[in-house]
Amino acid sequence: MIEYTLLAGLLFGLYFSLVGLGLNLIFGVMRIVNLAHGDFLMLGAFFAYWLFHLLGPNPLISLFLAFLLFALIAYPLYFLLVPRLLSARDPEMLSIILFFGLSQVLEALAVIGFGTSERSLPGQLLGHGPVQILGQNFPAAWATSGIASALAVVFVYFYLYRTRLGYLTRAVMVHHEEAVSTGINVHRVSAIAFGIGLALAAVAGVFAPFMLGSITPAMGIDITITSFAVIVVGSLGNPLGTVLGGIIYGISLMMMQTYLSSWANLLPYLLLIGILLVRPSGLLGRQVRRA
Amino acid sequence: MPKALRHVLFTLVPVVVAFALLPSVYSNQLLLFNFVIYLALTQGFNIIYGFTGYLPFGYVGFFGAGAYGFALAVMHLHFPPLAALGVGAVAAVLLGLVLTPLLRLSGAYFAIANLAASQAVFLIVSNPNLTAITKGPYGISLSGVFSPGFTYGVAVAILAATLGLVIYLRNSRFGLALQAIREDAISAGMAGINVVLSRTIAWLLSALVAGLVGGVFAWYISVFYPETVFDLGVSIFAIVFALFGGTATILGPILGVIILYGIYNVIGISTPQYFQLIYGVLIVGLVLFLPEGLVSIFKRRGIDVP
Repeated sequence: MIEYTLLAGLLFGLYFSLVGLGLNLIFGVMRIVNLAHGDFLMLGAFFAYWLFHLLGPNPLISLFLAFLLFALIAYPLYFLLVPRLLSARDPEMLSIILFFGLSQVLEALAVIGFGTSERSLPGQLLGHGPVQILGQNFPAAWATSGIASALAVVFVYFYLYRTRLGYLTRAVMVHHEEAVSTGINVHRVSAIAFGIGLALAAVAGVFAPFMLGSITPAMGIDITITSFAVIVVGSLGNPLGTVLGGIIYGISLMMMQTYLSSWANLLPYLLLIGILLVRPSGLLGRQVRRA
Repeated sequence: MPKALRHVLFTLVPVVVAFALLPSVYSNQLLLFNFVIYLALTQGFNIIYGFTGYLPFGYVGFFGAGAYGFALAVMHLHFPPLAALGVGAVAAVLLGLVLTPLLRLSGAYFAIANLAASQAVFLIVSNPNLTAITKGPYGISLSGVFSPGFTYGVAVAILAATLGLVIYLRNSRFGLALQAIREDAISAGMAGINVVLSRTIAWLLSALVAGLVGGVFAWYISVFYPETVFDLGVSIFAIVFALFGGTATILGPILGVIILYGIYNVIGISTPQYFQLIYGVLIVGLVLFLPEGLVSIFKRRGIDVP
């Protein structure tokens, strides 16, 4: 029982790392709060659903299409919204409201396009039969999603620490003004990070029908809060921290569901408040939070 | 004429008189009641956000606490409604006290933690394990105290008191101190303002307003579910209405409620998805082009807005 809980928690934890990763990247680079994060994930889920019913590709193919499509949409969206926002008096606060407005637009568009009913995709799409890990049986969809999420995290790590653009991105994360003064094209670097962030949300959305149950246009806000819990437990602006946060979150969620099921949905909120009060910079945070 | 008196004459008096007289010429009292509720809630939000700069995304938590405080006092303690309203207000203030440590956080951290706190309270109240106390997810029915006419009057009285409080903050040293803390807490502390105490008072006042409004809401509709009174939409309406009009003023939130809630009632109920779309676009446009709200149009021309 306990082995099963821990391993399932690990698989879900890897998936939750992917769910939080895009939000963390955007906050880390631009210091803005993307409250529409969950809605981009929802759109990714509906994109996979729609593509499956149109052409019937494997979700693992939809994944790459979703990544490309959302990155391409996000790039111009950045220039439409963010530079003007950053010039305001208190961008961090206003970003919450701005992206809340955007989340309303996205949810309304999803309702207009797909209706309010719940949709789902068959789990067999990601492999047949149970998969055995250390003597425990899991649905194949869980294992596939967990592994794909781990690969996505490795991709972001590789981007940030092994490419020139990632090097510049980390420079903007550390100090925005200094990055500007050394001649980095901050808006271009940020726009690419914004694109990757939204594209990662969409990729997480492709797995949502298998990991989170059925999808609806209204699912966004809950996912946004879960993502916040994950990245705050880790630490803001640190992709490795998000993995730690995701795994802690996944394992605690599975523990709660196994041993205390009726209170399990309280967990993300309590974890979030607790960590914020005790250690606002997150478990792996080094810098002091900007007060 | 002193400024405070002018503010009372130009904002409090017309709004309160209008909403006191409207039910005799317009028959949809529920709609008017909802306007009164949002006018008061938006001003309550204005106290904490406009004057201290903390964005309480989970403001609805106090509204829900007020509604449940009222309902539980009527159901279990058999209090008369007005006393139960007091219990609702106390419940909201107590929740505010419990959440006071959140004020140590700032910016987005506070907003998110507060949102999480309100959802946590909702999940506790609606938990099936607590059905014996809160009726869990099955909702509350208080048909015994239902009296819409009288309740409407109480709601208008709460609105008047809230407007009075905001006018006081707008014209007093205390309100000025709060705004100084919002701009720069360290300098305000150096100038001799007790930063922690002042913003805790503002926070609890704001919770008190939402608790009273939640209690009178529960009394008026008398049958409700946890989702009704902990609906995140209530926080968001209050936030958007206040920002649309312009915070830290008295007129701004009033304008915001009358314009936006008016639009909501014209198109939002028949075709909610199109309303949501327009609403979202309006919010995005507002933040990008008019981040200080509607009243900033007048302020830029040097007109003193109450």
